[in-house]
Amino acid sequence: MKMAFTHFETTLLLALFSSVVLGVVTKRTDRERLMYGLTSFGYFLATIFGLGWLMYLGHR
Amino acid sequence: MSEKPEVQYPPLPPVSKWLPVLLVAWLVPGGGHFYLKRTYRGLILAGCILLSFVIGLMMRGYMFQPAGGDLLTTVIYYGGFMADLATGLPFFMTKWFGYESADVAGHVVDYGTKFLVAAGLFNILAMVDAWEIAVGRKD
Repeated sequence: MKMAFTHFETTLLLALFSSVVLGVVTKRTDRERLMYGLTSFGYFLATIFGLGWLMYLGHR
Repeated sequence: MSEKPEVQYPPLPPVSKWLPVLLVAWLVPGGGHFYLKRTYRGLILAGCILLSFVIGLMMRGYMFQPAGGDLLTTVIYYGGFMADLATGLPFFMTKWFGYESADVAGHVVDYGTKFLVAAGLFNILAMVDAWEIAVGRKD
């Protein structure tokens, strides 16, 4: 069985896993972990959309 | 200008106290946390690491083999191999079951390779976290 994701799905998944792992290992309380995980995921999303638009506009 | 207060860590316990934790954490993703009774964190870490690894395999990601050459090739191939190796037992199981995938161009295979490397890097983070808990630097 072979799985194929689009670029967007793949980057979203990688961003999700990275945010969760970073949140769990870097902070000391559950609240801090949750906030850190959500913040990093937000930053990942902003980077994904930012770079996506940059490439789209750069190729017009 | 204010100075940051220096963090005082407790003295390092004997190797026999933290080495088994580190070994279990390497071989079994999230295992260090299970060993130290941090079950929920272990489950979350194991889930992320194993899912990333399985997705990488299902996308037919390339498992790096150590290879030399110019500096960039050496860094990528040795670094990639170390990251793949860091996944522990799942890495060895793919070898035992004969998983093979060619290093070919294409975005699916390429992303699969990144997922496999990411799984190893996540496991390194989990190992460091388990070690910090074992030596008393963290709860």
